[in-house]
Amino acid sequence: MATKEYSFYPGCSSQKGASSSNYLKSVESMCDTLDISLNTIPDWNCCSASIGYCGGGELPRLALSARNLALSEKHNPGQDVVASCAACWLATRETVERLEDDSGLMAETNTALKEAGLEFKNENKIRHMVEVIIEDVGYEELGKHVVKPLEDIKIAGYVGCQTNRPFGIEGESFENPKYLDKLVETLGGEPVEDYDKKVSCCGGALAFSEPEKSQALIKDIIESAYDGGAEMIVTPCPVCQMNVEVYQDQINAKYGTKFKMPVVYYSTLMTVAYGKSAKDAALEGQVIPATRLEEIAGK
Amino acid sequence: MSEDINVAQVERYRNNFLKEVTDNVEEGEWVRMCMQCGVCSGSCPLGPYWDHPPQEIFMMIRANKRDEVLSSTSMWMCTSCYNCIVRCPRELPITHIMHGLAHYATRLGLAPKEQPTYKFSQRFWDNLVKKGRINELKLGVNLYFMNGFSEGVKTSLKMAPVGLGMLKTKRMSPMEMVGGHSIKDLKGFHAMLKKAEELESARVDAKGGSAKNA
Repeated sequence: MATKEYSFYPGCSSQKGASSSNYLKSVESMCDTLDISLNTIPDWNCCSASIGYCGGGELPRLALSARNLALSEKHNPGQDVVASCAACWLATRETVERLEDDSGLMAETNTALKEAGLEFKNENKIRHMVEVIIEDVGYEELGKHVVKPLEDIKIAGYVGCQTNRPFGIEGESFENPKYLDKLVETLGGEPVEDYDKKVSCCGGALAFSEPEKSQALIKDIIESAYDGGAEMIVTPCPVCQMNVEVYQDQINAKYGTKFKMPVVYYSTLMTVAYGKSAKDAALEGQVIPATRLEEIAGK
Repeated sequence: MSEDINVAQVERYRNNFLKEVTDNVEEGEWVRMCMQCGVCSGSCPLGPYWDHPPQEIFMMIRANKRDEVLSSTSMWMCTSCYNCIVRCPRELPITHIMHGLAHYATRLGLAPKEQPTYKFSQRFWDNLVKKGRINELKLGVNLYFMNGFSEGVKTSLKMAPVGLGMLKTKRMSPMEMVGGHSIKDLKGFHAMLKKAEELESARVDAKGGSAKNA
């Protein structure tokens, strides 16, 4: 298999010492096995996610993503842009859609970019990391690299919001996407059928600003995984991962529940199934340890 | 400044708030397409908490409820989950309209200053503008102290176990407090944002500010 190359937009939460630095580590390990080469966009900036709209109006926000895309065109010409973070992917794709739709906005965006010595030409596609592994690599190839199948582990595929809506993964439904379940199966694990909260919102940024409201949503997401018999939750989104993992003690205190459900990234599962070490899978990054995965990685 | 713009907009769009939204709010022209089916309100994860869910906000815009809409806490509670967008039978970009209304309310100085997500959203923007990248630690600490010092200490203590978990797993670094990640071309980055803000303000001024300039 020839090396696949992409222009990579890691996003703020993947930086060293940031909340999903463990995600980046496991993505790198996964890509190493799959012979995928990620060329980081030099000097990339924050996309303002979905919460920066207060201070940032339409044009300033579009300019943020356009700057990343212009840098990508300049330094990684001809390569699809790949984001591992749901919000980064969404904000960047939305920008392209908005600018394609409105030539006035496109012209103004380029006027702003000129101040930074850049130009956005709209040359490349914007992809999510899971899109790339499913569409460009494919389940069959993904399965070929499995050396330590995740046997007897029941896993709830929590797809969440922004990897699923409004764009989603090609061919998947908004209400019941199956790709995470198929990935789990490919890795030898057992996906939870009928996980009824798989596309429910975790509250996103509101977990920080209005915690009671979003923790009520998070509680249902975890409860539904337990109801389906899951031992762990898998997700493609950094905000979902953090929100669903780190507030379990607070939720337990408030609701009298006894949650202790590990929440991992698809890339963590894949790295372990591909026979790499616990360190390569960044398992030390779990606030709630994924003990079963540690056992498999240590075998 | 914002009071001036607000007064000018009131003058210009007297009794036609729908036109004001169409002209000035991001994706606001779509409000006209709402057929009041209520699927958005029923699909919203925070629907039960909103004073006025999206469907109601759209009707209030048509009914000229300008102050009630722009000072509402409702659109600030949008989690950006996009459920409303994918389910809307007329394909209104509801999430974006909510963000657009929130930003326009801020621009006019009418946003509810005590709404926690309003505060968080502004802090998020300020944080990213500073270095070009979000500094999660500073953002978190800033957020805990947004309601004053003693509230901040209480929140920090409550959140300490979560923070400790993040520290232990190296998903939070105390070093972010002193240095932190930054882009290299900050100068170009800031010049770009300044220009973008100028161009955007000019657009609002060209429409709303004309009364003032006449």
